[in-house]
Amino acid sequence: MSYIQLDQVTKRFGAVKAVDSLNLGIEQGECVAMLGPSGCGKTTTLRMVAGFEDLDDGEIRVGERIISSRRKRFYLPPENRNFGMVFQAFAVWPHLSVFENVAFPLRIRKLPKAEIEARTEEALRHTNLWAVADGSPDDLSGGGKQRVALARALAIRPDVMLLDEPLSSLDPHFREEMRFEIKDLQRRFGFSILYVTHDQSEAMALADRLMVMRLGVVQQVGTPLEIYGAPANRFVFEFIGLSSFLKVALRDGKMDVGGTAYAPPSPPPEALIAEGGAWLAARPNEISFTSEGGVGCVVERKAYLGEVIDYRVRVGDAEVRVQKTRRDPGPAVGEACGLIFERPRWYPLEG
Amino acid sequence: MRSAIPAAPRVGTAQILFGLSVAILVIVVAVPVLLIFFNAFWVNGAFNIVDVVKVLSQPETYQALLNSLILASGVTVTGTIVGTFFAWLVTRTDLPFKGTMKVLFLVPFMLPSFIGALAWKMLLSPRSGYINRMFMEVFGFDGPVFDIYTYVGIILVETMYLFPFVFIQVSGALERMDPTLEESARISGADLFTITRKITIPLVMPSILSGSLLIMLYSMAHFGTVAVLGIEVGIYNIPTLIYEKIHQSAGSFASIRTGTVLASVLVVTAAFILWLQNRVLSRGRYQIIAGKSFRPTQLKLRGLRIPMLVFCIAYIGFTIVLPTVTIFMVGALKTYGLPFTAENMTLFNYKFILFDWQLTRDAIWNSISLGFVAAAITMFAGVIISYVIVKMKVRGKGILEFLGMLPFSVPGSVIALGVILAWSGKFGINIYNTVWIILVAYIARYMAFSLKANSAALEQVHDSLVEAARASGATMWQALRDIVVPLVRPGMLAAFFLIFLPALRELTVSVLLYGPTTRTIGVAIYTLNEDGETVYSAALAGIALIIIVFGESVIKRLFKIRYK
Repeated sequence: MSYIQLDQVTKRFGAVKAVDSLNLGIEQGECVAMLGPSGCGKTTTLRMVAGFEDLDDGEIRVGERIISSRRKRFYLPPENRNFGMVFQAFAVWPHLSVFENVAFPLRIRKLPKAEIEARTEEALRHTNLWAVADGSPDDLSGGGKQRVALARALAIRPDVMLLDEPLSSLDPHFREEMRFEIKDLQRRFGFSILYVTHDQSEAMALADRLMVMRLGVVQQVGTPLEIYGAPANRFVFEFIGLSSFLKVALRDGKMDVGGTAYAPPSPPPEALIAEGGAWLAARPNEISFTSEGGVGCVVERKAYLGEVIDYRVRVGDAEVRVQKTRRDPGPAVGEACGLIFERPRWYPLEG
Repeated sequence: MRSAIPAAPRVGTAQILFGLSVAILVIVVAVPVLLIFFNAFWVNGAFNIVDVVKVLSQPETYQALLNSLILASGVTVTGTIVGTFFAWLVTRTDLPFKGTMKVLFLVPFMLPSFIGALAWKMLLSPRSGYINRMFMEVFGFDGPVFDIYTYVGIILVETMYLFPFVFIQVSGALERMDPTLEESARISGADLFTITRKITIPLVMPSILSGSLLIMLYSMAHFGTVAVLGIEVGIYNIPTLIYEKIHQSAGSFASIRTGTVLASVLVVTAAFILWLQNRVLSRGRYQIIAGKSFRPTQLKLRGLRIPMLVFCIAYIGFTIVLPTVTIFMVGALKTYGLPFTAENMTLFNYKFILFDWQLTRDAIWNSISLGFVAAAITMFAGVIISYVIVKMKVRGKGILEFLGMLPFSVPGSVIALGVILAWSGKFGINIYNTVWIILVAYIARYMAFSLKANSAALEQVHDSLVEAARASGATMWQALRDIVVPLVRPGMLAAFFLIFLPALRELTVSVLLYGPTTRTIGVAIYTLNEDGETVYSAALAGIALIIIVFGESVIKRLFKIRYK
């Protein structure tokens, strides 16, 4: 059993199921990122783990201990869960100094004065804030404020750290820096992280495992490589990375794509063939041009993006995106040619 | 940048508007205020501070200053407690019918407090108040249960009408506050009580302070409640003593001087309070606005939920419904003092006041026409002045900005005294005892409202909109007419009603300026009450309440439909 265990966790807001029968286990020292478009239930899930939301069904455990349970009607209040949490909008208190912000959770715990000072200093030094400890957090940049929030969460030496889009209020170049700092701190202190984001590259860079959600339902859980390399469904394929989709009709054992017959390198599974059609999904860099055969297409636009050339080509009434490197120039705009899908993946037409 | 810069300064549109703005503010506001200071500190052609001290140390004036301080401090403390408590209750707990309660707590703002004071006098005056009599006659009490003619009585009545200043500020701050500020304290291990004490209250403290300073400002300069409940037993504050001096000594030099000295104290105090409020707001304005839309954690009242609801309903019933009902009931009595039984009640009073009695008909007409004309003039003057302050780059704008601040810190009784000094013949124009002097005073009194609403609207109109019109070939006037005016029209409309409605129920200014035929509704209610015509006074107050509530709801509907 995992260190943090979510079992059949469900939350409704009125008639809407914000989170539907969610199961997830997080190991000690592991970082799991919840990823999905807004409204997918990732923040609600995090808030249920934090204790800010009750459950409409299911149970959440940490170690041997139940912290939320619908059946037992038991909810450990957030203040007794001993988690660290960082919010999107920083949530540092403007009426307290940087030092007092970080010392707050320790003072609440009524630790000895010397220990409060030592641990606050330690947290501030780890986050490079010691120099501004006596200042007001309002004088810091967004990145600085978020470091204060991080230091405050670290000060109690939590086993679990909950991060709610902690980087999305920051400037892009701060984001990358903070990403490394969070990873670094985790390595040093060994806490588990549950991380909410809608930014896939952030999730990929930070997380040991990703959980992709949509409309309250988990779509796939896996390592970044698994998620990118073998998306469980069309939604995950589309949400992670660049993608193009073609509707493939299967008639009399022959495949038809945008009006031309096509024989892919790996055929779709039998179940889909039986349904008479499927989505062919491909990444732009896994498609190549050919002058003979392939799926017939016309190049509509061609843009140089530095190292890569970005093509928009038309196949029947669908648009396909192709990316080639600068050294591998393809056809010109308006040219008719063929497409070869090197690693096609297949998804059912429904859903 | 404009391509052609005139070599020599030219009198253009900008200069005309600037000059006009300065002229309006100087004539309407600055001159009356200066005259007050001048009369207070300048005796027989020389600056004289000894006399000022002498006036201030007379027992009468000294006591009035002290009373203003006592009453204002008391109202500020109780109003802040009441306002903060209810604000917290409707924003941070699971009180039932919170939305309705929130609207109801704002109702006292639209009711004139002197009418409330009148109602409380009818209910709780020591001998004839209905509640006191009921306790003495029915329950056999020896004396009154509560005497409203006391400091405590005045403070409680003012609190009922002024607490919304704090309520609005604090509930606004609590609603806008980023809930994660409190959630992060919770996850840090703090319980709700600790969070309220260490995080929530410190963060909304600027709003609490700014609201309570507004209460203090209003209470300090407040005439009506003290006039109705205090004068009878000799409790005077600054505005009521000014009124007493001006009225009873028929404009003698000594009484005018006492009035101007008191008015000077009032202006300085008001300016100081406003300065303090500005500092509180600018230094303490934390960035606590929410980013995400998660609602803040609500305190579950559990067993207290229904008792709290009952408490709120009782408070509203006691402070709003009871006085209002009393006014209408007393207004329908054949003679004041009779019990409320069917045979003692009649609609004759209302009919008499509305259709037959010249005095009250004049008063209603005066208030409506004065309110309308003052609102229209002030609205247009305000839009011009705001435009120059917000949008134009002219030399000497600093003066205009200073003059524009002035109306905010000049209380009504000061304005009234100032216009008496300026417009009773000393400078060739004598409009004393006419309706015009009240009009001039209203324009000065309400200029602040107009400036606030219009400059807020103008700040929304980005410069580039006008620049785009100019670039499209429009002249400055065309740009104003076709772009700026349509965009600030909501602000102008708001300014109009912000002036028209309060002017309808105004008392402080007109009570110092009215003549035999120029009573306003407020003055008529007040003087009828003074003359012992309690039932007519109550009936007119009832009609005033109907006009005010009707006006407010028409305007609410109008604005909702147009700007939803």
